[in-house]
Amino acid sequence: MSTDTKLITWEVFTQKKQGAAHEHAGSVKATDPKMALLNARDVYGRRNEAINMWVVPAFAITASTPEDVGPFFDPANDKLYRNPNFYKLSNTYKPVAD
Amino acid sequence: MEATVTADMLEREKAFNDRIARGEVIEPKDWMPERYRKQLIRMMSQHAHSEIVGMLPEGNWITRAPSLSRKASLLAKVQDEAGHGLYIYSATETLGVDRLELTQQFLDGNAKYSSIFNYPTLSWADIGAIGWLVDGAAIVNQTALAKCSYGPYSRAMLRICKEENFHHKQGYQILSIMMQGTAEQKEMAQDAVNRFWWPSLMMFGPSDANSPNSEELMRWKVKLHSNDDLRQRFIDRTVPQGEAIGLTFPDDKLKYSETTRSYEWGQINWDEFKAVVSGNGPCNKQRMQARKTAEENGQWVRAAAEAYAAKHYN
Ligand SMILES: [Fe+2]
Ligand SMILES: [Fe+2]
Repeated sequence: MSTDTKLITWEVFTQKKQGAAHEHAGSVKATDPKMALLNARDVYGRRNEAINMWVVPAFAITASTPEDVGPFFDPANDKLYRNPNFYKLSNTYKPVAD
Repeated sequence: MEATVTADMLEREKAFNDRIARGEVIEPKDWMPERYRKQLIRMMSQHAHSEIVGMLPEGNWITRAPSLSRKASLLAKVQDEAGHGLYIYSATETLGVDRLELTQQFLDGNAKYSSIFNYPTLSWADIGAIGWLVDGAAIVNQTALAKCSYGPYSRAMLRICKEENFHHKQGYQILSIMMQGTAEQKEMAQDAVNRFWWPSLMMFGPSDANSPNSEELMRWKVKLHSNDDLRQRFIDRTVPQGEAIGLTFPDDKLKYSETTRSYEWGQINWDEFKAVVSGNGPCNKQRMQARKTAEENGQWVRAAAEAYAAKHYN
């Protein structure tokens, strides 16, 4: 008895409808990309959840770490002038489009 | 030196507990106490094994389903259960354990799975009883788990719950139709419910007083309700459904209480539960053997996949 197969993990991204962004759906195990795609279809697309799928080897993904939360995203916190709310205007100001 | 480590650990643990208290969701790379990780691996892998073993009692009836449409539904349901196993194994792997390791633990007889799947499926009506009662109990459990503190587990539960409604309805429909049939068919449906009722109630696990892990799991919001609360919720929802189609329940203490707006009921046979959990249920050996055979029979497929990948993708 052995379960020594060299299956690797693939992250699955599904596009729900045309024009929508691909979203992470979960992961599957497979030895090659074709098998990964077939497994992804069987596991994450049995009920019309997707019109398109990406499979990506999990090892190819680089992610920021939870400890990064502060310093890594710092530039977003100390530049409030990137947000429209930073600019205080009189009531006469109306957006150019709704 | 040692004291500093301990102080640091305590501080991290406190920060973790605060996050839990604030209702935050824990993600795989977040710091977590070793014990939280261990408990989740134990609980989630048991859950995944249960989905996989759960295919066996129902798979038993696929070739003998009474019509093509029943066969198609049952096949789709069993396929869903395989998917559930995969979702949960994937979610468990985010805790740093390999699925192959979990499978090996199971094959070596060192992992548990839900005791309900050690009962035999003797007639077609059992397929109805399983969908209605066993999947019904699973839904109550899993709906609660969908709000648990560990992100990947909770997301897997959300996905699963969406699929379970089909399982539950197809089971209830099988029994409803049998209950409109001949005396013999009604008897068959009733017999299935008689056999599956108590084991379904056991699915929620030991009573709170005897559940060694409950307190800790609830503190960490892995579990949000006690075993007894969920069991009662299941009974309150299920009994009226059964009565509506003319079924009775094998419990002479079962009666509705106007004061509590809830059902009073009898006693679970915990000796039976313990016997089945520790390997002495009616089908434990058969289930283990079936899993081992499947693993052996799949060996050449895995070898072929590996050879193919080595040739084309390395
Ligand atoms: Fe399931
Ligand atoms: Fe199910």
